[in-house]
Order: sequence, then structure tokens, then C-alpha cells
Amino acid sequence: MPTIPISEAKPEYDVVIVGSGAGGGQMAYALTLAGLKCVMLEAGRSYDPVTETAMFQRGDQAPLGGSSTPEKDFGFFDATIDGGWTVPNEPYTQASDKPEQEFKWWRARMLGGRTNHWGRISLRNGPYDFKPCSRDGLGFDWPISYETLEPYYTRVERLIGVYGSNEGLENTPDSPAGVLQPPPKGRVGDLMTQKAGKKLGVPVVPIHRAVLTKALDGKKLAAKLHPGDKKAQKIVADSMTQRAPCFWATACGRGCSIKANYQSTTVHLPPALATGNLDIIPNAHAREVIVGKDGKAKGILFIDKTTGKEERVKGKAVVLAASSGETVRILLNSQGGEGVANSSGLVGKYIMDTVGSNLRGQIPALESIAPHNDDGAGGSHFYSPWWEYEAQKKGQLDFARGYHIEIGGTRSMPRGNSPVPGNFTKGLYGKKLKEEARRYYGSFIGLACRGEMIPNENSFAELDPDVKDKWGIPVMKWHWKWSDHELNMAAHAQKKFTEMIEAMGGTAMPNPNKPGSKSILRGGEVIHEVGGALMGADPAKSVVNEWNQSWDIDNLFLCDGSPFPSNADKNPTLTIMALAWRAADHIIEEARKGNI
Amino acid sequence: MDNQNSTTRLPRRKVLQWFATVAAVDLTTIPGFAQAPHEATGYGTDPDLTITYSPGDVWDLTLSDAERKAATALADVILPADDLGPAASEVHLIDFIDEWVSAPYPRQKGDRNVVIPGLKWIDEESKTRFQKDFADLTEAQQEAICDDLCAEKPKTPELAKNARFFDRFSSICQGAYYSTPEGWAAIGYVGNTPSGVFNGPPQEVLDQLGLEQTVKD
Repeated sequence: MPTIPISEAKPEYDVVIVGSGAGGGQMAYALTLAGLKCVMLEAGRSYDPVTETAMFQRGDQAPLGGSSTPEKDFGFFDATIDGGWTVPNEPYTQASDKPEQEFKWWRARMLGGRTNHWGRISLRNGPYDFKPCSRDGLGFDWPISYETLEPYYTRVERLIGVYGSNEGLENTPDSPAGVLQPPPKGRVGDLMTQKAGKKLGVPVVPIHRAVLTKALDGKKLAAKLHPGDKKAQKIVADSMTQRAPCFWATACGRGCSIKANYQSTTVHLPPALATGNLDIIPNAHAREVIVGKDGKAKGILFIDKTTGKEERVKGKAVVLAASSGETVRILLNSQGGEGVANSSGLVGKYIMDTVGSNLRGQIPALESIAPHNDDGAGGSHFYSPWWEYEAQKKGQLDFARGYHIEIGGTRSMPRGNSPVPGNFTKGLYGKKLKEEARRYYGSFIGLACRGEMIPNENSFAELDPDVKDKWGIPVMKWHWKWSDHELNMAAHAQKKFTEMIEAMGGTAMPNPNKPGSKSILRGGEVIHEVGGALMGADPAKSVVNEWNQSWDIDNLFLCDGSPFPSNADKNPTLTIMALAWRAADHIIEEARKGNI
Repeated sequence: MDNQNSTTRLPRRKVLQWFATVAAVDLTTIPGFAQAPHEATGYGTDPDLTITYSPGDVWDLTLSDAERKAATALADVILPADDLGPAASEVHLIDFIDEWVSAPYPRQKGDRNVVIPGLKWIDEESKTRFQKDFADLTEAQQEAICDDLCAEKPKTPELAKNARFFDRFSSICQGAYYSTPEGWAAIGYVGNTPSGVFNGPPQEVLDQLGLEQTVKD
């Protein structure tokens, strides 16, 4: 996509945006369409999914069948560039060498950031999720309610295109009529899980994902999104007509060259660039927020990775949307390491991830069924929203918050690794092996817990006093500890998944009913890191206000997951975008008043 | 795309070929030159994803002729031609196996340390039992050795050790075989084809499983 070198940057912009993912992309979209001049800094290279995505490439056309390596952690075809669990030249450190206290940090160094490969699961937080502390006394309430954010959820869903259904379930909001795209048909794994769920009282319903199942009506949608603004309507409608609906093949994690799914690079950035109001500077590794003597943010100090030199861009306002960990790093490194926006002392505190715990089952009924196309929309079709609110209210569970269940596909494309676990074909070779592989292939269902972590004092990030990156910038040091709430949730999920697999007539594998400490994924492993600069109503107890605006520096906004005061089981991306759009409206309003 | 990393995308083999044509010195005299397999670099964190790769494009293939001969024969015993699909050798599995054990990543280096001694052992065992290399044995002779490796309780510690090699080798073969279109047909994967609609599982599958499609048109 079109970018500029720093030498071509304007002397000053209205807004400097750090990061090009969900938050930065949404911010750039809203601000540039409103006429504000913006510059976006991206730490990685430019990237164009239309020309760079591996769409139909098969495993036998890639090194090692496309299986994962330390250079491509999620496999050769995954969209992630210059990233993964490690990023060249940019280390991070652990406060503890205990494995259970490790935090794994996934980063991408590319335009669009992690939106290029994410699962596209787009769930709204429900009303309870904004007031968790009021409900159970744990963690923190948000300074806004569901009703406040609801119009922005609707706007984002209209813009990015989300499939799903309205089920009227508790704390699982419906979207207004006509907003969602039609959900895809259930696949064998979805329908089996749904039937088993019925026996056990676990609802299994269509999930919400940012994938188009039909073409967008660009003109109509643009008129709803930008009423009265003919220019914006035209740009947005044009961009929407460039997107094709899903053609029911290829995994979304590769990215999408036909723009059927949401990624910042296919949905947010093209219309923002079309306004002529956005400059993008790639390979710009942000180091500090520049703060003037008047206490206002003046711009960003960054390293141009192509030259290794320090550079500056100036703006009347600054938006950090670099991811929780990076935003914390930039804030703490500012003012020569003294830090900014941190009068509360809370920058870096209360970082959360999602509770992850997985179990697979082998289902004899699925053996040797007729081969058929199970690719679907390249990701989840069905899921289980949290269903045990009543039991929790009565104190029957030993953890306070909920999880949803994601259902793993059965007949997915084999790629590099043996498609059937070795213990099912052990001791076999020849014709018998091929017959047994065919028999068992597609007979496995994976269930994944994705649950709410409650913020705690032991999970935070700070600057490492010793370790610096290639450019001499102090790096993040992670502290991590799950509380009993998360460990007990994982144990509950393992037990429930075993019941569900057994209700399908199957066997959980390898060994079900493990304790939470043995079955919970590492911190960060679900790649939902949020928090670190919490939003609140009290400047002494939070870093930003309800507009994602720093209490200390009123022209500094944090528009990634860092302001989340809680991390509901709902995947964070949709909420990041809704909050960013709301903050953008606030910036536009303040700019009109001359306050920015 | 920027071109900063374009040199790292060049296959090492081609770089060496180029270097050989311009260098005035005998490359083999440079210390470390001969250690290509484990000094080899991977495809980096920004490989071109839109092109088709063949084994040997990114790092050199390193198995000796004897190792390739044994591996080809063993792969065909594990995945022979039958009514489900062609033999391993017909889809050039040996090149994938060679690429796998020559790769510069930890998992594959670990496999190399199992596969190369295993291939050596299977030829030695063949000579001890039948006075020929594994590849030159009759089908029944090859199967006699494989049956011993596949026994639930291998009879000797040596067989137990090489049963682990057999498992690993078989897993690599299956990973490779089922990544090919022929392998997809053999295992029953259908897909990777664009379509205007997605109808979900066919009615016969739903009927067989006693399921109902709950997402209606």
C-alpha cells in the first residue's frame, strides 16, 4: 500500500497515530474521513493482502509442507510477517523462570498488524461485562455502560461486515435487525457439538465473525455510517464494493486477497488513504511520546529502521494504538525513561489475556463418513456463549466469570504434519496404514475454552532495567500469574468438554479432567493481551478516561486494548474498534471546538 | 513490498552457485564451508508466500545417495500404491523427506538425528539378514523387518530403538504424502476450491449421523 519515507512527512499533522491494526486503523478511518490530517507510524513494512496472500497454495508447494517453524510460528502460510512469539532484534524478558509464570507475546511487524491473521471472531461485550466489579466485587468496572458503546458496535459491524445470528441469550447482545450478515451452515463438528450441548444444557449457536457471506450494499451502508457527508459516503461505498464475499475456501489466518474478511489493510486503510488525508510511514519503531513544556503531547520520537536514525513527527494530538505491551513500553520510555501519562502509577499494571484450555476428542461416529467439503468460512461457524450465569450467581462454581467454547474443525486441509495422531496408526504400514488414516481422518473434534481473566496485581509489564533492543530502547519485562479463578475455570472447561465429547459417543484425549494448572495455556498465548493503561472514572485510579484520553495529557489517546479494565470472554478486537471510533468522534468534536 | 530482504530469499544453493562462478578461490578450502546443512539458514520471517517452492529451493538437500535409496524404499513400504492412491515414490516423497531432515530448525534437526542413523541401521540389518541393501530386498523381506519394528513389544533393545525411528519416519512420510493432491484424495480431504455457496454437509452424511442442519436458508 502507498507509504511515504519520513523525508516526505508534513511539518505537522492534526493527529499522529502509532500502530495500524484494529485501533489505529479504525482511528485513521474515522479521523481522515472527517477531514483531519493524519500520519500513521507502523513498526513493520508495508503490506498488501491483495498481492501478498497465499490463497490456494497447498502444503506440498511450501517448505516443510507449510508446517510451523520458529520463523513462522503458525505455519508457512500464516499472514504474520516479521513476527510471532519472537521478533528479530526486539526481545522481551520474563521476570520469572517458572514456566507457569511465563508470558508469551505475539507481535507482527507489518501494516495492519495482528488484524491480518486473527480469527475474525467478533463478539460484543454484554451489559454485565462493563460492570463486573458491581456484580461480584472483583476487578474494575468500566466508566461506560453497554448502552454507551452499543451504537459504535453497530457502526463497526456495518463497516467491517460480521456474520452471525441473534439468539437473545443472556449477556450476549443481539445486533439490531439487518446489521449482521447471514451465518454459514453448520459443519459436522458444529452440528455434533450442538446436539451434544442440547443434552447437557450447553447452548451451541452461530458465532459472529468478520467475514462477508454476501456482498456489502456499499451505498446503503455508507449512507448509514456517514449521514449527510456525500464525500465520505462515496469513498466508503467505493471501498466496500472492492470486497468480495467469501468463496468458502482457504483459512482466514492467511489473510484474504479478495477482502472477504476484515483486516485493517482491506477495510480501514484503503478508504482512509482515499481521502488524501493519511500518510503512512512504515519501518517506524516508536520510542517516546514527545511532551512539550506546556504538558501537551507534541508528536512521536521514533527509529527509522531503514536508516537506524532517530526521527520525529509532530501532531496536535497523539494516538497510541500499538498493542497493550507496546503502548506501555512507549509511555514508560517517554521523557528519557521517566514516563508520561503515569501520575496514577498504573501504566503497565493489570495486564490480562484470555483463559485458554483445549481438549480434543475422537468420535467413532465420524469415522469413515463420506468425504465432503468442510472448509466453510475459513474459521469458526458455531460456538457456545457462556451459559452458567445462574449457577455462578448462586455460588455453585469456584470461579467468578465465564468462558465461551470454540469448536475446532474436523476435515481441514492436511498440511505438513500427519493428519491423524500417531497413536491411531502406530505399528501400521502399507495398505492397512492408508486405510486406517482415511478411517480416522475427520473423526476428531477440538473444543477450546476462551474465558475471562480477572485483573490481578501479579500480572503486569515494566521496563527491563538491563535489556535493550537493537536500537538501544529498553524492552518489556513481563510478570505473570493466573489466580485460582482462571485455574478453576480451566478445570471446569476440561470436565465439561469431556462430558460433551462423551455425549457424542467419543473419547477425550489424551487424558481428560486434568487440573487447571496442567491444562491452562500460558499467559499471552491466546493473543488477547489487554490492559496496562486502564480506563476509569477516577484519575487517581486509572490512566485514561472514558474517551481513551489520558488524564494527564489531554491530547494523548490510547486506542488499542490497553484501556480495558476487564477482559470479558468475548474476543477483544470488536470492542477495541468500537472504543476507537467513539474516541475518534470525541477528537473530531474537540478539534471542531478548537481544543485540539 | 520493500526489497530489504530480497537477498535472504535467494536459495542458498543459487547463492553458492553464483559465488562459485565469481570466486577466484577454492571454496572448499574456506573453513566451515562444507558444513552447509547445519549452517544453512531458514526462509526467514518474511518469505515470499505467493510462489511455489520445491525441496532444495531454500536450503540444500543433504542426504547421501545411499540414504535416499533406503528412504525411498522404506517410504514405499509405508505408503505403497493401492486403490486409495499412488506410492510415495510416485509423488516424489523422498525430496520432501530430504528437505525435512536437512532443514535448519530445531524440530527437524532432532528428526535428522533419528532418521539418518535409522536409515543406516535398516541397511545394515538388511545385509545381516538378507545380504542386500533394504531397497534391494523382496517385498516379503522388507515386511519382515518392518513387522519386527512394528511389534507391540519389540524383541530387542535395538529393535525398540529403531521402532522409534520407524514411527518418526512414518509420521514425516504421512505429513508429506497427505499434503499432496494425491494424498488428499487418499485420505478424503475435499476442498481448497472456490464456490459461490456453502451448503454444509451433504444430506446423506447428516442422515448417517442423525444430525439436522440448524442454519436454514
